[in-house]
Amino acid sequence: MKPGLLHRMDLWARHLLPVGLTLFLLLMTLVPSRVPGMSGLMPALVLMAVFYWAIYRPDLLPAHGAFLIGLLQDVVDGTPIGVTALVLLLVHGVAASQRRFFLGNTFIVAWWGFALVAAVASLLTWGLVGVLHGWGQPRAVLFQYLMTLATYPVVSWILARLHVTFLRDA
Amino acid sequence: MKQHSGSPVGRLAHLRLLVQRFAFLALVGAAFGLMLLGKADMVLVERMRMSVADALAPVLDVMARPAAGIADIVENVHELANLRAENARLREENAKLLHWQTVARRLDAENRILAEKLNYLPDPEAAYITARVVADTGGTFVHSMLINAGARNGVRKGQAVMSGEVLVGRIASVGQTSARVLLLTDLNARVPVVIESSRVKAILSGDNSDRPRLSYLSGDPLAGPPSVAPGERIVTSGHGGAFPPGIPVGVVASVTDGVARVQPFIHRHELEFVTVVDYGLGAVLPGSNGAEDTRRGGSTS
Repeated sequence: MKPGLLHRMDLWARHLLPVGLTLFLLLMTLVPSRVPGMSGLMPALVLMAVFYWAIYRPDLLPAHGAFLIGLLQDVVDGTPIGVTALVLLLVHGVAASQRRFFLGNTFIVAWWGFALVAAVASLLTWGLVGVLHGWGQPRAVLFQYLMTLATYPVVSWILARLHVTFLRDA
Repeated sequence: MKQHSGSPVGRLAHLRLLVQRFAFLALVGAAFGLMLLGKADMVLVERMRMSVADALAPVLDVMARPAAGIADIVENVHELANLRAENARLREENAKLLHWQTVARRLDAENRILAEKLNYLPDPEAAYITARVVADTGGTFVHSMLINAGARNGVRKGQAVMSGEVLVGRIASVGQTSARVLLLTDLNARVPVVIESSRVKAILSGDNSDRPRLSYLSGDPLAGPPSVAPGERIVTSGHGGAFPPGIPVGVVASVTDGVARVQPFIHRHELEFVTVVDYGLGAVLPGSNGAEDTRRGGSTS
């Protein structure tokens, strides 16, 4: 049976979920947090989303999607253009190439894998921004990394809930 | 069917993999290309950033409001809990301030008379534009904020940005309806300041930490580096013309190994509205007329 127009539109909208959610998280990181001491410690939500979707639905958030989202983040964040684009692209590449390993393992293993990937991503971003823009205090980068690591379970749980709700059979 | 590189399907899969790898490498190359472009043509990149910021500002504005609302509720509860202690503190502070008010009135009158006698040329009058902070961008590597006022409202590059009476930073780039504020803690922020009591001049240089550093302390070269003690107030010196003199910046927090660090007065998380100060040349040059409706008169008069 050929699917109807409505069905196809529904499917199309559902397939936008990974990209849409990642963009939403990007905007979330920009909202001024009114929590004392939280500015500069915003966890790298976009990194988590790219890592997650690269493992579970790389067809819906492909490598060039990660690249473009990174580029947008560079543009709005004020980091040198291309830095986040490159980092997210590499994160996507690593996660997507190891997805069989992650899919067949427990969450703890995925978290551990994310810790490694995020560490390399943070270091790479810090190095590239340092070369292109200037070397800042590395302390904030370390704290942001720890914050990212600590919030990953929550964010990935939310992503997983939405994933199951909207993309179970799509 | 068995898939190996000999069969047509296998060959197709192989080809697809090759194309994917090539696309990936091409994107990596593109990223490096963009980094070089960003270094080579800063004007183009800046313009691109600001047009994206212009487009995103309304969306971010809407998103920032619930966060501000929640913060307000939390603050209300907090205030209610501390009402009694707060009242006592305020009463004490009020008594102290009333005393200061008398002193200030007397000094103001005296100052006016003396200035008249000396034919003192007053500082140019400043104009103010108040804007809402819509985004706190790039927390870790770049300390900047987006505000929802731009060239259309009279915001110009280099203008000082204040919150209440204290310095926040300066305008780094301007779009049509939004502008980027570089906070004074940012790596690229350099603010000419003066130590209020000793009048020693210095440059406050940010390094992405919470406490920017005092560098290039001026002083008698023969007497060695001037002494800076924790607790001294730092205000803008007005050198360079972009910042009005005398805006409070922070207090010296620590002096270790000859490096003085300043604790700024601003609290980044409390910034909801900021004031852009149009001062000096910007205020007298034509072409900054577009913002008459959003400005109010300077308080220096």
